[in-house]
Amino acid sequence: MIHFVLLISRQGKVRLTKWYSPYSQKERTKVIRELSGVILTRGPKLCNFVDWRGFKVVYKRYASLYFCMCIDQDDNELEVLEIIHHFVEILDRYFGSVCELDLIFNFHKAYYILDELLLAGELQESSKKTIARLIAAQDSLVETAKEQASSISNIIAQATK
Amino acid sequence: MGSQGGFYQSKEFLDLVKSIGEARSKAEEDRIVLGEIETLKRRISDPDIPKRKMKEYIIRLVYVEMLGHDASFGYIHAVKMTHDDSLLVKRTGYLAVTLFLNEDHDLIILIVNTIQKDLKSDNYLVVCTALNAVCKLINEETIPAVLPLVVELLAHPKEAVRKKAIMALHRFYQKSPSSVSHLVSNFRKRLCDNDPGVMGATLCPLFELITIDVNSYKDLVMSFVSILKQVTERRLPKAYDYHQMPAPFIQIKLLKILALLGSGDKQASENMYTVVGDIFRKCDSSSNIGNAVLYECICCVSSIYPNPKLLESAADAISRFLKSDSHNLKYMGIDALGRLIKISPEIAEQHQLAVIDCLEDPDDTLKRKTFELLYKMTKSTNVEVIVDRMIDYMISINDNHYKTEIASRCVELAEQFAPSNQWFIQTMNKVFAHAGDLVNTKVAHNLMRLIAEGFGEEDDTADSQLRSSAVESYLHILGEPKLPSVFLQVICWVLGEYGTADGRYSASYITGKLCDVAEAYSDDETVKAYAVTALMKIYAIEIAAGRKVDMLPECQALMEEFLASHSTDLQQRAYELQAVIGLDAHAVESIMPSDASCEDIEVDKALSFLNGYIQDSIEKGAQPYIPESERSGMLNISNFRNQDHHEASSHGLRFEAYELPNQTVQSRIPPASLASTELVPVPEPMYVRESYQTTIVPSASSDAGSTELKLRLDGVQKKWGRQTHSSATSTSSSTSQKTVNGITQVDGSNTSNSRTRETYDSRKQHVEVTPEKQKLAASLFGGSSKSEKKPATGHKIPKPSSHVVEKSHARKSSMEIASEKKASFQQPPDLLDFGEPTVKSAAPSVDPFKELEGLLEPTTQVASDENHGSTTAAAKSPDIMGLYTETHAGIYDKDDSDILSGLSNPPVTNMFGGTTSMQVAQSSKGPNLKDALEKDALVRQMGVTPSSPNPNLFKDLFG
Repeated sequence: MIHFVLLISRQGKVRLTKWYSPYSQKERTKVIRELSGVILTRGPKLCNFVDWRGFKVVYKRYASLYFCMCIDQDDNELEVLEIIHHFVEILDRYFGSVCELDLIFNFHKAYYILDELLLAGELQESSKKTIARLIAAQDSLVETAKEQASSISNIIAQATK
Repeated sequence: MGSQGGFYQSKEFLDLVKSIGEARSKAEEDRIVLGEIETLKRRISDPDIPKRKMKEYIIRLVYVEMLGHDASFGYIHAVKMTHDDSLLVKRTGYLAVTLFLNEDHDLIILIVNTIQKDLKSDNYLVVCTALNAVCKLINEETIPAVLPLVVELLAHPKEAVRKKAIMALHRFYQKSPSSVSHLVSNFRKRLCDNDPGVMGATLCPLFELITIDVNSYKDLVMSFVSILKQVTERRLPKAYDYHQMPAPFIQIKLLKILALLGSGDKQASENMYTVVGDIFRKCDSSSNIGNAVLYECICCVSSIYPNPKLLESAADAISRFLKSDSHNLKYMGIDALGRLIKISPEIAEQHQLAVIDCLEDPDDTLKRKTFELLYKMTKSTNVEVIVDRMIDYMISINDNHYKTEIASRCVELAEQFAPSNQWFIQTMNKVFAHAGDLVNTKVAHNLMRLIAEGFGEEDDTADSQLRSSAVESYLHILGEPKLPSVFLQVICWVLGEYGTADGRYSASYITGKLCDVAEAYSDDETVKAYAVTALMKIYAIEIAAGRKVDMLPECQALMEEFLASHSTDLQQRAYELQAVIGLDAHAVESIMPSDASCEDIEVDKALSFLNGYIQDSIEKGAQPYIPESERSGMLNISNFRNQDHHEASSHGLRFEAYELPNQTVQSRIPPASLASTELVPVPEPMYVRESYQTTIVPSASSDAGSTELKLRLDGVQKKWGRQTHSSATSTSSSTSQKTVNGITQVDGSNTSNSRTRETYDSRKQHVEVTPEKQKLAASLFGGSSKSEKKPATGHKIPKPSSHVVEKSHARKSSMEIASEKKASFQQPPDLLDFGEPTVKSAAPSVDPFKELEGLLEPTTQVASDENHGSTTAAAKSPDIMGLYTETHAGIYDKDDSDILSGLSNPPVTNMFGGTTSMQVAQSSKGPNLKDALEKDALVRQMGVTPSSPNPNLFKDLFG
């Protein structure tokens, strides 16, 4: 099972955190500090896996962003590496060639996407298309709601003129 | 870029993010965030902020919390937001609460009602959002509130909802298996869901259930095999392809499940051979995901009943991994090797040099993995080389967690395979000296026990040699400064027991050393206590031998100090020492017999020696003792008293352990047995004794008066004290005891080595040069052809000792050539370097906002096929969606019971004779199926996968 997902920038800034196992706020800060210390300093040729407190942390660097996932000892690291890549591909498709800025300013969107990919620490859906469709459905609902809201406010505005 | 989702954010928020990005130090960032928190606090409590504004505030709260600051003041607003009617507001609320709250948070109770309502919503998106929250927030107590609703959703027409409902049930199962145990059949049912996503999600809970209880799921073997076969034949919709592999994530999950089901089951395994062999052949070992599947195949092959052909394929795959340049693949290869050598030990030999390269690698992760492999292949011929290497590595690292692990592994291997006592003692000394404070105290107790009991062979001289060499090395080590406390305890204990045993050292020499220890580590009370007790033993041996005892002056000074010590324990020991010295030889001999640490101590649990006293009291009119279980209506009181006397026994830890069980168990089990079952498993001696002491109380005291109880308890406590090694001077217990290791069993326990005594002179090579490397290889692997007892079986020797080093059975590794390559030409400049400019890679980037674009580039190149698929998908998406829902609706109506029965009793012929069964299905199901079937046939001819879900996919299972 995946215990948490972290996105850290090369400068050690946190871009996204998702915790599937209970960690207190204090522990979270500590985990992030510890892991960014370990991962950011690793050379490019080394394994993408790190031993950490009896867990495994699988990380992968995309441009200036590190995607990290913490898993159990008996999980398949290579698979998790691909789950990360899967996530990135979905982000890419959604944002249209994603960049770190997209994730900084729209981190809540990234959370919504992550929620469709992983649930309760397990891979929930491995089809990009299905995920894209669900997110699109949510977004379109949001859009219509916005339109309605604005038309109502227009009506009100006109009525109160 | 960024515009797509950027519609709600105000300039204020953008500015905040920007300024944090530009912050040059953590302090500056903190200052900005604290300012933001103040602003939010002020605004958020404003009663009439528009919803849209509120939504943004909540997202800002999430941001603040993500940066590690406390945003708890706003949690309640996030909770309120989940109540909102509009989905977009609600969604933000749910997102925030799932990020903010852990499952034990008080506010959760306020959300349960909303969740209940939302689960019933007719908008499936609302339901999905609520289910996401359910997975994170619902705890054991609140499961019943939503459980029926979630179960209902398993039959929801939308597959996204069914999938999430499955995951939610799985989560419930993890949190409280009993709450959903009656619903487990639902997982089986959902396995034949016609949506591959739902089926894939179902594999998660099934995997967990099968891990726990393999046998109840043996009937599913054929179903899993058939699903896996269909997946590998590309019969899933193309959307599930990933880098040209058909649904690899589902394949991996299935292989994991098959590995469990086939373990030790020849019949089940035979059904799997074909499909696993197919995967071996079909896997594309040039892609990362292909290797992930290959690795899972190896794991599966090494777990199921062995098949020579598959083992060969696995060995081939492993050697490809090990020969790869990628560290990830090497890591994976080492892990896989560790799994396979259990079955075919000879395969290690051909990879000796690769393994040694990994051992020498600067990459810590790889190195550790290799140590894990070595640990698995240790035997008495190579134990010296391996343990030496491990200790060297242990000394070189700072990671305490791993240091602890590797230290306990060293100890375990040394105990099991030590070629000589000398070596064993030296190894233990090294481990303790460098990781003494990290190793479990059990390890120390184990070492003491081992020295006391010897290696268990009848050979007494070997045991005494072991002891003398221990004493000698300890005396030597005592000269070093700053030894870990645990190690000192062992040293004191051994010196006390055996310091003078072989007559080489005089009592005054040993006592002098012990006094030095007590003085040098004067702030460590445990060590001092061990030292005093050791002193007492030395003197007792002297007295018993009829020699005259002269206390050294420094020893006397020490005793003076301890007699007035603040620690009652130390005081007690000092007084006991004083008392022992005053006794004559006979008395000393019976209270402290020499070398009796392994003798059993008989404890009269019923305290029959008090019978007379009880009789007297009853005759004098005292009330007879009523066992707690028979006292009606006094539960609370007895409970209270129970706690009370645990407090009296001065052990805070015990107090907690008692509280709960007492109330429930009381009625069934008499307190005496309760107490002892509870406590005895704890290996440390002090607990064992305490358990005796607590059991005494209820059964012995004849009157119910609690003062009486307490009085007696005090007496007992004084006699036996709480510390491990205080000897009992009590007269009440008939068997007098000497420092006992607490573990009373005398037999067993021993490791298997004293017989193998090959001296291996190949110990200290460094593997810089090739010949040396080869030598090392020879010393590591050379013995493997000799018919030695395999390490795997060696580990299984049941040891009575409680020291169990978990053999975490390794895991896996991974790597990808493709992504590695990618990384090299990727690395576009870092856009977000708000701070100082960092070293940029040379890749020219026209549009800086496209910095992550490189990510997908490989996909385009390598997987043009897939990209192609995606573009067409985008173009025709309405079409495909339509198709999807159509087929879906067609099948959904199918009778559930039908599915179930089919699943539990899958016709074996179906999976191979799929066509015939499909034809049957077709005739009964009309044109829809026929179309699909034709398409399927066409597809198989052309070797392409259909892009719409294939309705026949899981039909094969049940015809």
